[in-house]
Amino acid sequence: MADVPNDAPEHCPGTSSDQAGKSSACQGCPNQSICASGATKAPDPAIEEIKQKMTSVKHKILVLSGKGGVGKSTFSAHLSHALASDSSKEVALLDVDICGPSIPKIMGLEGEQVHQSGSGWSPVYVEDNLAVMSIGFLLSSPDDAVIWRGPKKNGMIKQFLRDVDWGEVDYLIVDTPPGTSDEHLSIVQYLSGAGIDGAVIITTPQEVSLQDVRKEIRFCKKVNLPILGVIENMSGFVCPKCKNTSQIFPPTTGGAQRMCEELNLPLLGRIPLDPRIGKSCDEGKSFLTEVPDSPAAAAYQSIVQKIRDYCASHSASDDSC
Amino acid sequence: MDGSGKGNLDQVKHVLLVLSGKGGVGKSTITTELALAFRHAGKKVGILDVDLCGPSIPRMLSVGKPEVHQCDSGWVPVYADPQQQQLALMSIAFLLEDSDEAVIWRGPKKTALIGQFVSDVAWGELDILLVDTPPGTSDEHLAVLENLRKHRVDGAVLVTTPQAVSTGDVRREITFCKKTNLKILGIVENMSGFVCPHCSECSNIFSKGGGEELAKLTGSAFLGSVPLDPLLTESLEEGRDFLQAFPESSTFTAISHIANTLLNSLNA
Repeated sequence: MADVPNDAPEHCPGTSSDQAGKSSACQGCPNQSICASGATKAPDPAIEEIKQKMTSVKHKILVLSGKGGVGKSTFSAHLSHALASDSSKEVALLDVDICGPSIPKIMGLEGEQVHQSGSGWSPVYVEDNLAVMSIGFLLSSPDDAVIWRGPKKNGMIKQFLRDVDWGEVDYLIVDTPPGTSDEHLSIVQYLSGAGIDGAVIITTPQEVSLQDVRKEIRFCKKVNLPILGVIENMSGFVCPKCKNTSQIFPPTTGGAQRMCEELNLPLLGRIPLDPRIGKSCDEGKSFLTEVPDSPAAAAYQSIVQKIRDYCASHSASDDSC
Repeated sequence: MDGSGKGNLDQVKHVLLVLSGKGGVGKSTITTELALAFRHAGKKVGILDVDLCGPSIPRMLSVGKPEVHQCDSGWVPVYADPQQQQLALMSIAFLLEDSDEAVIWRGPKKTALIGQFVSDVAWGELDILLVDTPPGTSDEHLAVLENLRKHRVDGAVLVTTPQAVSTGDVRREITFCKKTNLKILGIVENMSGFVCPHCSECSNIFSKGGGEELAKLTGSAFLGSVPLDPLLTESLEEGRDFLQAFPESSTFTAISHIANTLLNSLNA
């Protein structure tokens, strides 16, 4: 289903299907003999190359959501900041949202460029131990649109994994676009050899968001991606003047809590809406260092600790087998 | 497949796209509210939901999960108001057996389905067809435009939230519109300020004014701002007609104003 080339004849069975090169639609296709030879069914050699490259990366975590604008990039950025606050850890943040890269802005790296080195593309460093890579660094102006179809986006993701000189890394955080499509399939496929620790799923409390997030969870199950847990973002708003809480995005169907109970997933925490979070992101600063004593910062820290613990137990069980 | 020429879109007078580079800014919300506002203005409206991986419109219009029927000229759309038949809808959600099912498709398959969606829905006579899109500038957007080209697209309404992280993505969407010769009818700023129901203090949760600034910067029309309103979110969750339920709210005024501006610019 995933491997029909853009310019394939109608009814192309897909290059890795059992019918590749043999179906009636293949008659007259210039690539019929290649498909029939079985060469296209072999796994992409890049998976092995990426596995080699990723041997220096201890933990790989995907940040996912079926829904857009729920705070994937905000969370990815702050997870990276929090993990990197331990100066003995090396953290890398990879943005695979090809059409809407927000990470450069949130990390305060707008206008930065990627440099070539002998061992590949050098990521951009926010701190000595926090490296960032995004397609945003490859665009010449903030107006530049990346109007790409799937295959080209997949090629870019492959390059990000294979050709970036990440070095020794403790945590690789991958920020993704919304949905369950090319980018998601590609990142999971390309990292299948190297192994992914798990996915963190972000949602907001309302059902309109949860219904898309359930699809994302279904996606994780289908591709055998372990789910570390779910985070409910934009969960309530405390008025800075009267201190009353309002549910701006009301959890009409019980919010993430109910969904986690139904699907038997851990709820990692709830992060309240705080105008200072959005402001920090716009200014490219870390909310965690800007307003460290806020309830939202505490929620972030508690979630990050759970992710640290998960990774620690994960690598312990890895070593034993 | 396309031997019938323009076919099903022949009797559709105006086509509007609702776009945003950013996700979760309220494309589906604005699409739904515009459709309801147009209908209240006496127009016959259709919504085509091409967000294949995250279709939201069926819930927002509370149409449940009806079966889609076939007729000679294609798929019969689902009516949000079966008696009057003034608001027609087609969404991928209707074709999925299980509503939690993920549509894990790569581009070419999405492109093929959108081609069908655009040409094979028997809309009949419509004053306005609104097309709700997923975030980004990729397969779905190119496919919709390619297929609508045969017909005529009046233009696009761009939705953003005020903060720079969002307007940054919408700037890219504007470049997309320019590159594909799609007219920009205007920019809507959504989630613009929140008035505390307890003390009436206005908090700019996602900053303020970014949409208007973006419009100025890019020389586009600014259609208006819609505040963050828990009543609006709740209405959409329950599939109620917000415009009918809360006609005295400032959100209502904002949405009606945007709808009227659009109707005027379409001459509809």
